[in-house]
Amino acid sequence: MPAVHAEGLFKVFGRRTAEAVDRLRDGASVAEVRDRGATPAVIDVSFTVEPGEIFVVMGLSGSGKSTLLRMLNGLLEVTAGTVHVGEAELTALDDKALRRLRQEQMSMVFQHFALFPHRSVLDNAAYALEVRGVDRATRRAKAQEALALVGLDQWADQKPGQLSGGMKQRVGLARALAADTDLLLMDEAFSALDPLIRREMQDQLLELQASLGKTIVFITHDLNEAMRLGDRIAIMRDGRVVQIGTPDQILEAPADDYVRQFLADVDRGRVFTARHVMVEAPTLVSPTAAPAQVLQAMQDHRSGSVLVGDGDGRVAGVATEDAVRAAVAAGAPSLAGLTLLPSVDVRATTTLSDLLAPAAQDEVPVTVVDDAGRLLGVVPRGAVLAALGGVPRPAPSISRAPADPVGATAVTTKEAVSG
Amino acid sequence: MAETVLRAAEDGALPQIPVGDWIDTGFDWVTENFSPVFDVISAGTEAGVEGLRDALLFPPPVLFAVLLAVLGGVVRSVRFAVVSLLGLLLLISMRMWEPAMATLALVLVSAVIAVAIGIPIGIAAAKSDRVSAALRPVLDFMQTMPAFVYLVPAVTFFGIGLVPGVVTTIIFAMPPGVRLTELGIRQVDPELVEAGHAFGSPPGRILRGIQLPLALPTIMAGVNQVIMLALSMAVIAGLIGAAGLGGVVVTSISRLDVGLGFEGGLSVVILAIYLDRLTSAFGQRRGRLSGFPSFLSRGGSVGKGGLAASSRSADAVTPVGTDQNAPTESAR
Repeated sequence: MPAVHAEGLFKVFGRRTAEAVDRLRDGASVAEVRDRGATPAVIDVSFTVEPGEIFVVMGLSGSGKSTLLRMLNGLLEVTAGTVHVGEAELTALDDKALRRLRQEQMSMVFQHFALFPHRSVLDNAAYALEVRGVDRATRRAKAQEALALVGLDQWADQKPGQLSGGMKQRVGLARALAADTDLLLMDEAFSALDPLIRREMQDQLLELQASLGKTIVFITHDLNEAMRLGDRIAIMRDGRVVQIGTPDQILEAPADDYVRQFLADVDRGRVFTARHVMVEAPTLVSPTAAPAQVLQAMQDHRSGSVLVGDGDGRVAGVATEDAVRAAVAAGAPSLAGLTLLPSVDVRATTTLSDLLAPAAQDEVPVTVVDDAGRLLGVVPRGAVLAALGGVPRPAPSISRAPADPVGATAVTTKEAVSG
Repeated sequence: MAETVLRAAEDGALPQIPVGDWIDTGFDWVTENFSPVFDVISAGTEAGVEGLRDALLFPPPVLFAVLLAVLGGVVRSVRFAVVSLLGLLLLISMRMWEPAMATLALVLVSAVIAVAIGIPIGIAAAKSDRVSAALRPVLDFMQTMPAFVYLVPAVTFFGIGLVPGVVTTIIFAMPPGVRLTELGIRQVDPELVEAGHAFGSPPGRILRGIQLPLALPTIMAGVNQVIMLALSMAVIAGLIGAAGLGGVVVTSISRLDVGLGFEGGLSVVILAIYLDRLTSAFGQRRGRLSGFPSFLSRGGSVGKGGLAASSRSADAVTPVGTDQNAPTESAR
């Protein structure tokens, strides 16, 4: 069951809107319709958003993206078409049912924050719950939790006027998160912030999304932002959707010159992150493994180093081939006493441009870890350059299935280069 | 050519429209058929105003003047309290206290009724462009029709005395209450209203929880204007026998008594300034009082915010918007 399903959406402002929709369906141009006094804002848009997905709608101002978003929660009535949110057909609901749906299933983050200046930060965050009729103690506790998620719990008693722009939008985000709805609509949520704060907010959103798994429809005019955030992107132009696809699909096969023009401006180094180029994590070698077996496995895979785990999913360090060979020569029973090289850790959200330096050293593989330090994957060194150069993402077959007695699959710098 | 047209008009080629006659007939009809209604309104209003006047005159004048000054000190400033006490004491020593309280009673009753009618109308006008468009000429009419013109029909409906004074005052004083309520609500950031809708707030809740609180300063400015207009009209109402400072002024005119007229006029000015400063302070009060606690707590939370800044909030820097409050608050 898709989280949101829009089918044949039209929004036409002005006079004789139904007639305008018919004409547009028959292939009339926007200019023709406009001459008759109707202004089409969204034309025949259909898409599906899967649960847990960040779906970005990208377009320049006037492309109809904000109008589209407002039809998804019924702030604007559709001229034609249907919107399903979860099981409900939103476009068929009466006012009361629509309000209930908004209270329970969707929340929204606004471009200019739309915080209530006369309410405290906490009361702002608690607004959705208050509307839903949650009792005071519960809603304040939940709002406080949401503020803690965005790192603003100490500011709960302040008024929004006392916060900076980035902090205000975090309150806006907390207000939406406190509602604990599955669907989050974000209308140019970061566009009013300056570039540094915007990046920080994007990172934070990705981090939150990794743990919360909301369905997010995100509107932006910034393709770099779309590429960074989006699992899938819909590019809009003059009310129509020109292309829908994953960032990679769009980069690889732009639907038309308009999209291609956009892509020229994409800074791949800032758009793509470690998440895009990492390959499946190799199984960590247990510190108790016998050096001889490890060495054998490394030679089988022609790998120069192996990741040694701490037994808890974290990387303890990197053992080089020389070190393992020395351990074998010394007759050590396990890898435990081995001097390990420190691993080079990056986060899944680290951009390619920030990956260049770690990937440039050739002693140890670059490991991608989560907040708790657990291994998510490794970045083959060549993959960074390949992605920057526009080469399609490496096939997952690069990381091999464990095939040896110690359960060690070593991914080496050598191998990655050759792959 | 033009001359012939003009002459034709003078000769009666354009028919004379007897607007005055129609109005007369209409008023006669209303008076005949609705006089019981007017009697009830009349009795109620009179009881209200006179009761309030008696209540205002119940405490010893000096004590009440001190109370009013203290009220001013609480909502505005000590300086205002001192100045208004001096003014009110002058009222008492000019022997104008009794008419001043009669006028105050009339103004308060009229203003309360005007506000009670005006604010809901203003809300309706803010919600609907059609209501707003229909209302505009009516409000223009109420405000610009010379006030004396109201007096005559009011007297025909309610007789001479206090009640027609109240009615004309209400009509004259209501428009700014309506206009500023509409303006205040329309000025509320549409994105905030949209946010209310987006979280599923019903319209009534958006009105009470978002629009009215944010429009409050503007609405209070409207209330202030209602009171000021009510005061100016209350004096004119003296012409049709409403007691109070208006009566004093009318008497002084008929006696050509410059001194008495000046005393009455000065009393009106004192009352007006007091009411104006008091009600405008009420309009700003919300901001001042809500700013104060956050100013106090700021000292504590900035320290904590500073710690948090190292972990995440690079933007957790200067909180904006409080700086201009700081000097006034610390002065208190």
